[in-house]
Amino acid sequence: MPGSTAAGAANTPAAPRPPGRDFRSAFADLRRGWEQRELWLQLGWQDIRQRYRRSVLGPIWITISMAVTAIALGILYSGLFGIELAELLPHVLVGMIVWGFISGCIAEGSEVFVSNSGLITHLPAPISIHVYRLVWRQTLFFAHNLIVYAVMLIVFPQPLRWTDLSVFPAMALLIANGIWVALLIGIVSTRFRDLPPVTQSIVQLLFFLTPIVWMYDVLLENPAVAERARWVEINPLFHFVELIRRPMLGQDQQWRTWFIVIGIAVVGWALTLLVMRRYRGRVAYWV
Amino acid sequence: MVSIDVRDASVDFPIFDAKSRSLKHTVLGVVGGNVAANERKVVVIEALHNINLHVSEGDRLALVGHNGAGKSTLLRLLSGIYEPTSGQALVNGRVAPVFDLGVGMDPEISGLENILVRGLFLGMSRKQMEARVDDIAEFTELGNFLHMPLRTYSTGMRVRLALGVVTSIDPEILLLDEGIGAVDAAFLERAKGRLKDLVDRAGLLVFASHSNDLLKQLCTSALWMEHGSIKQQGPLEEVLDAYKGRERAASGG
Repeated sequence: MPGSTAAGAANTPAAPRPPGRDFRSAFADLRRGWEQRELWLQLGWQDIRQRYRRSVLGPIWITISMAVTAIALGILYSGLFGIELAELLPHVLVGMIVWGFISGCIAEGSEVFVSNSGLITHLPAPISIHVYRLVWRQTLFFAHNLIVYAVMLIVFPQPLRWTDLSVFPAMALLIANGIWVALLIGIVSTRFRDLPPVTQSIVQLLFFLTPIVWMYDVLLENPAVAERARWVEINPLFHFVELIRRPMLGQDQQWRTWFIVIGIAVVGWALTLLVMRRYRGRVAYWV
Repeated sequence: MVSIDVRDASVDFPIFDAKSRSLKHTVLGVVGGNVAANERKVVVIEALHNINLHVSEGDRLALVGHNGAGKSTLLRLLSGIYEPTSGQALVNGRVAPVFDLGVGMDPEISGLENILVRGLFLGMSRKQMEARVDDIAEFTELGNFLHMPLRTYSTGMRVRLALGVVTSIDPEILLLDEGIGAVDAAFLERAKGRLKDLVDRAGLLVFASHSNDLLKQLCTSALWMEHGSIKQQGPLEEVLDAYKGRERAASGG
C-alpha cells in the first residue's frame, strides 16, 4: 500500500521546520499574511460595500455623522474657549478624522480574532490577515472622511505648502502602528475576554485626554494651566494626532513628533513580536 | 514533495471558565496568593495524545472513529490550524481544508462574489477563480440566482454553491470532514463525480467520515482514532473490519 507508514521515518527533507514559538514563525505569519493580500483587500472592500448595500450613502453616513459632531463640538468649544471658529473647527474636524482611524484600530482590534473565530478554526491562515483586513478597512473609512476635509479646505482654506506632503509618510507610519496595536490587543483580549469592554471605555476616555476638541497650544499660552497641560505630552495618541493633523492644516511640523512616533512604532513592534512568538499559535485554541 | 509529518504531537485544549478568562481575576490572583492559586488552575482537555503519523504524496487516508474520538481535531492539526501543544507537525504543501461548507461565505454578497471569496480562502488566486467561475456556475445550476445575495438562497442552494467552489480547486493537500449532505440525491450523484475528480487531482487526501461506501470509493488506507490516540493504522479494509468488529462487540455486549 502506498505510504502512510508510521512516523519516525526520517525521509523528510531537513530544510522546512514546523511553525513554533520562535521569531521566524512570527515573521513568517506577517509575511504570508501580506502575500495573501488579494484575500484581505477583497474582504476589506466587502466590509465597506456591505454598508453601501444597506443604504445608498453607505459609509458616507459615518462621515456625515462625524462631520456633524465635529461642527457641533467646534461651535460649542469655540464659544466656551473664546477661540475663532475658523481656527478651532478645522482643528476639531481633522483631529476627529485621525481619531476615527486610531480608535477604530484599537477598539476593533480588541475583537479582531474573536469575531473571526469561525474562519480561524476552519481555515489555516496567518492570523495577520485578519488584522491587515481591519487596518485596510479603517484606511478606507479614513479615505471616506477626507471628503469632509476637502469641503473644509474650501470653506476654511489652510496655508498648505509642499512640505505638507509629509502627511503621506506620516499616514504610512500611522498604519504601521495600527497593525501592531490591533495584533497585540487582539491576541491579549482573545485570551482575556474582559478586555474588550475595558478597552472601549479607555478609548472613550482617551478621546478627552487627547487635544481634539481642545487646543494644546492655547492652554500653553495660559500661565495658570500651562504646567498641567504639559502632561499631555505623555499621551502617545497626542503625538499620533499631531503627526497627521499638522501637515493637513499647514502648521509647522516638529521633528520631535516624528521621533516619538517612530520610537513608539519600534517599541510596539518589538513587544508585539515577543507576544506573537509566544502566543501566535495559541489564538486558534483560544477563540 | 507534498507530505505531512507528525511526531509525538499532542493537542491540549485549555477550558477557560469565566474566572480564567478574566484578566482581573488573573492579576488579582497573583496578588492574592495561596487561596487564589487553586482557582487559577485551568482545566485542560487532551484532545490528541502522542500522534505519530506520516502521510506522503499519493496517499488516500480515511479517518474513522466515534464522535469525539479526535478526528476533526486531527484534521485541524494536519491542516496547520492547531499547532501541537507538544511535539511537532510539519505540513508540506498547500492545504485545502473542507470542514464546513458554510465557512467563509458571506450572506450579504452575491453568489458570484462568494465563489471568489471562498476560492481565495482556499488558497486560490483571483485569476484562477475567474477562470473557473463559469464551470462552477454551470455545476451549481443556480442560473440568475448567482447574482442575488446569498441570504436569499435555500440551504440546498448554499450547499450546491459551496460544493461547486470546493470541488473546483486544485489542492495539494485535501482534508475533508464529513457533513457533505443535505442535497437532493440526483445532485449528490453529480457531486460525487466531481468529488472523485477533485480527490484524483489532489496530491494527498485525508478524509474523515462515517460513510463506509464513500470511504471505500475514495480511500486506500485508513486510520482509526480512539480517545485522541491512533488505535490502528493500515490498509482500508483491514482497519474498517477491525473498527466494525469493535462496533458490533460494543453494541452486542
